[in-house]
Amino acid sequence: MLDQKQHIKLPEGSIEKDTTTLNLGPTHPATHGVFQNILEIDGERIVSAVSTVGYIHRAFEKIAERRPYYQITPLTDRLNYCSAPINNMGWLLTVEKLLGIETPKRVDYLRVIIMELARIADHLICSSVMGVDTGALTGFVYVMTYRELIYEIYEEICGSRLTTNIGRIGGFERNFTPAAFAKIERFLNEYPAVLKEFETLLTRNRIFMERTQGVGAITAERALSYGFTGPNLRAAGVDYDVRVANPYSSYQDFDFSIPVGTTGDSYDRFQVRNAEMWESLSIIRQAMDKVKSLPADVFHADVPAYYLPEKQDVYTKMEALIYHFKIVMGEADMLPGEVYNAVEGANGELGFYLISDGGRSPYRLHFRRPCFIYYQAYAELVQGSMLSDAIVCMSSLNLIAGELDA
Amino acid sequence: MSLTNERIQQRLTEKFGDVLTGFEEPFGLLTLTAQKDYNLKVMQFLFDDEELRFRFLTDITAVHYPDRKNEELAVVYHLHNLQDNIRLRLKVFTPVAKPDVFTATQLYASANWMERETYDFYGINFVGHPNLIRVLNVDEMTYFPMRKEFPLEDSMRIDKDDEMFGRGGNL
Repeated sequence: MLDQKQHIKLPEGSIEKDTTTLNLGPTHPATHGVFQNILEIDGERIVSAVSTVGYIHRAFEKIAERRPYYQITPLTDRLNYCSAPINNMGWLLTVEKLLGIETPKRVDYLRVIIMELARIADHLICSSVMGVDTGALTGFVYVMTYRELIYEIYEEICGSRLTTNIGRIGGFERNFTPAAFAKIERFLNEYPAVLKEFETLLTRNRIFMERTQGVGAITAERALSYGFTGPNLRAAGVDYDVRVANPYSSYQDFDFSIPVGTTGDSYDRFQVRNAEMWESLSIIRQAMDKVKSLPADVFHADVPAYYLPEKQDVYTKMEALIYHFKIVMGEADMLPGEVYNAVEGANGELGFYLISDGGRSPYRLHFRRPCFIYYQAYAELVQGSMLSDAIVCMSSLNLIAGELDA
Repeated sequence: MSLTNERIQQRLTEKFGDVLTGFEEPFGLLTLTAQKDYNLKVMQFLFDDEELRFRFLTDITAVHYPDRKNEELAVVYHLHNLQDNIRLRLKVFTPVAKPDVFTATQLYASANWMERETYDFYGINFVGHPNLIRVLNVDEMTYFPMRKEFPLEDSMRIDKDDEMFGRGGNL
């Protein structure tokens, strides 16, 4: 016989109140990551939300204070792991800025190719997951094939897929192989048709439009106040893009436009991301053309003090051996300085604030993670909306737990 | 007319005089230090002024300098004027014994979590913050882990002697 007595101790006043407390997350399948939101709901309507973050905090900033610079690149992989190469490049560009390293044009263009592929991979996930959250699994499964192809391209270049550790200070660890170029060509040839088909599945789909239009809308003014950047800010109608505002890695050589939305709702965010994928495709195509006209054996800057020499040189040449030893032991001479460098990550301005005292590791390294900054607007965005809209709003913001918590 | 670093510096010195010091431009980014009690006033001026228009808060973070007497902690603000596309770095130094700095949450909604993060790791007490609690670490934590007195590795290790690399001393 079960004891009739109530064993669960509930907080004072939780029976009498009119609203229900609902824990959305931290391990809810619809939150696509470890986020907790304590929602106060009245029927289906959200009265208030409190967001809790930090479930996968790994103290990267602290770890970076004991690591030589080249060992920090793998840490940046794990920020926004849907577009790890952009983080890698952002970090390498920061170090290169500190050291005053000028990279050759071919390196810049190859980096642009990789970064834009990463942007497509990231937007692809976000846009298709929005479809999943509104009940359309087809598009997600369909485009996943092409994320796979992008990962194969990464693999061809650096040997790994998700956390890439791609690139080195001054360039790439090795040249792009003909197979890598062939795969990029294949992607450029096949993906436009797929993206077009994906868009026809959702863009003018009545159900999708009803579910996303007006959901999680934010005005340009509030978006700026909340520190929005990237597609989420552009969906609200502000044309701020780091690639254009402060070009890095020779983005000024490319011809592309910045799509902006008007209402700042989930539908506009979806549209902006899709339009950005078309722009990225165009940038990759331009970069492929530019790369063809440049000497094919250049894949890193001539900075022997920071770039690992060829292995056979290490065995035969004194200087190469010294540099090799110093770089591997993390004893390459770093300059003191204070530098902030930002790149346009897949979901906003990804900044690196680096203070170097000339030692083997940074004195202080801070990541400006766009997710962390705009996620605080979530409570305001979902207030007054339905529970199911809160899910769509969350996936349209493209929250990546790794970047949120660092 | 586009805004330049010299013009910003001129406008700020006209307005605040001796409050602002340490003007420099590492990598072209105008950096300045404000007296501790003036951080909000300076930011308010930068925000309101029709010419300066620094209305986007890029980042707030802190740095710990244990060797600087009475100004061990630096709070660093990165501000951005999106119209003229120019950035500015504002620093405020505060003693570690009484790390009180005024909050910027009334100016920028985004300052809320950034300040919570800074509090979480460095223990900066943002005076006037609506909800200054830990954001990434567990609530039960009793210390501020990014401060330099918490080394990551055992400092007694002898296999990483800096003497071997011509540096000498205990780095």
